[in-house]
Amino acid sequence: MADVISYREAVAEGIAREMRRDPSVVCLGEDIGEAGGVFKTTAGLFKEFGPERVWDTPISEQAIVGAAMGAAMTGMRPVAEIMFSDFLACCWDYLANEIPKVRYMTGGQVTVPLVVRTANGGGLGFGAQHSQATENWAFTVPGLKIAAPATPADVIGMMAAAIRSDDPVVFFEHKGLLAGRGPLPPPDHVVELGRASVVREGADVTLAALASMVPLALKAAELLAGEGIEAEVVDLRCLVPLDVSTVLASLRRTSRLITVEENPYQGGWGATLVSVVADEGFDLLDAPVRRVAGECVPLPFADALEERVIPTVDKVVAAVRGLAVY
Amino acid sequence: MDPAGLLAAYELMGVIRRTEKAAHDLFLQGLVKGTTHLAAGHEAVAVGASAALRPDDHVFATYRGHHHALARGATPEECLAELMSRATGLCGAKGGSMHLTKASTGMLGSYAIVGAHLPMAVGAAWSARLRGTGRVAVAFFGDGATNIGAFHEALNLAAVWKLPVLFVCENNLYMEYTPIADVTAVPRPAADRAPAYGIPGESVDGNDVEAVEEAVARLAGRARAGEGPALLEARTYRHYGHSRADPGAYRPAEEVERWLRHDPLDLTRARLTLRGVPETEIAGADERAAATVRAAVEAAKAAPPPDPRQALTDVWADGGAAWRT
Repeated sequence: MADVISYREAVAEGIAREMRRDPSVVCLGEDIGEAGGVFKTTAGLFKEFGPERVWDTPISEQAIVGAAMGAAMTGMRPVAEIMFSDFLACCWDYLANEIPKVRYMTGGQVTVPLVVRTANGGGLGFGAQHSQATENWAFTVPGLKIAAPATPADVIGMMAAAIRSDDPVVFFEHKGLLAGRGPLPPPDHVVELGRASVVREGADVTLAALASMVPLALKAAELLAGEGIEAEVVDLRCLVPLDVSTVLASLRRTSRLITVEENPYQGGWGATLVSVVADEGFDLLDAPVRRVAGECVPLPFADALEERVIPTVDKVVAAVRGLAVY
Repeated sequence: MDPAGLLAAYELMGVIRRTEKAAHDLFLQGLVKGTTHLAAGHEAVAVGASAALRPDDHVFATYRGHHHALARGATPEECLAELMSRATGLCGAKGGSMHLTKASTGMLGSYAIVGAHLPMAVGAAWSARLRGTGRVAVAFFGDGATNIGAFHEALNLAAVWKLPVLFVCENNLYMEYTPIADVTAVPRPAADRAPAYGIPGESVDGNDVEAVEEAVARLAGRARAGEGPALLEARTYRHYGHSRADPGAYRPAEEVERWLRHDPLDLTRARLTLRGVPETEIAGADERAAATVRAAVEAAKAAPPPDPRQALTDVWADGGAAWRT
């Protein structure tokens, strides 16, 4: 039996592989050192690499991301952790105004090779300020690359690509996937950013999904297969670069598109994907496009309420049935 | 400073003063668009500090940053061409007045979100320590930045990690239009905050180029030796308003006159005379500075506008701007 690894362990493994091959990779964040991170996604790094490579910070999101930027501009490849993606708002200036703009506004004089990692998404009952899917925040900002892996192997392969990237990458680790397990990829496994993956083939409808919405879409597809509806599931993996080509290629086979997004419908990434499809793939479609996305309310606490707000297998199945008979 | 060093500092301050005057005049002629935040009056802070730093040290400045770009190796022609939206501008006319940057000489940018660059300087100092370069990082900022969170987060992190970074406040008494004293809980907006973070906080006459040089040399030396960050509050005064749109009418006439009598160029000129530098040499420095800026204005005016295709370059490290396949 092949070695397996959890998504949680894959985060630390992905970082460690890069730290071993490149001494300019350093980590900083709150509780990431001996504590191993509140989600244990940096467990073992402090022990292997020590305090000169793995730095505990105060609760100072602006200082964390600002310092990562200054270090990246001067020869390092910092990996900064923002504990919950909701807290990106505390350092949003750096992600909206500084990091994505500095190369452009200096006429290409500097590069900012950094990774900002963050625990994203709902499903764990953490309430409105610790549960949001905020990948769409970053998607509004030209100049940021956005990675959101769905499997342990992709965590490792995309972490390698993100750390090696000379561009800034916001790396969304989904809280709902941390405990999941999958095959341990071989050494030097790199998944190029901006390459979507068709994780299930099907001829009737394309489900374009990201991060925890990928296994959810796969579950929906299995249920639908029992009804004779074959869904193709595309794991986008990244929002920037957005692999529109793979989605359009899938639509050539299926002619129907549903996006499965955890972020709110209002301003969610699916809106941009759908607008490109409407522009460039209109003649491929045999039915209206549907978006299964978060409701446009803050994330509630109780399970029964949270399930009403974020996408579920049932919501995806219902949306597909609706399209199938169109 | 020895007489030759002081004369060189005087000439560089003269270049900065005349560049700012040129920026002002070119704005009135419609050749500079947007806005400008002129640093006339602040010259001694940039020139004194720069004289004390190593050429490979890292400098981060604000949107009132023309003087720092010029003091750290940018030419008046590159700066004025940038302000005038020319292809030969320091940033290819993508940055403008508020973002003058010359990375090749360690001038790592001018930032227009107040206080944002202080954590960046902390990061550059962290990098210097990790790589063992012996460099220091310096963040220059205004008095208004001392009331924003990034200032406090940066001071604390720099102190905790004992990093080679200097925080140099150019306190010109007004955050924008409002007196800094009206909105700050302590008399010295920067220096009085330093004790809370366990780092030295000194004050200096920011119009005295030698005093600035001495203080920065001492504090940078200390930082380079591994003794950690320090804060220097340089009191100075701007000759123009906050920005292009501001005539600065809120400043009492008596206060303006008092500061104009304490002008950094006049002070330096008098000191040169006192130290026996002949008038002909001082006048020669003035003439060279004036000629440099005159030539810069003409060269910038003659330069072409940027190629519109450049608008879609330099987002990514590969030079492009593609966000999708």
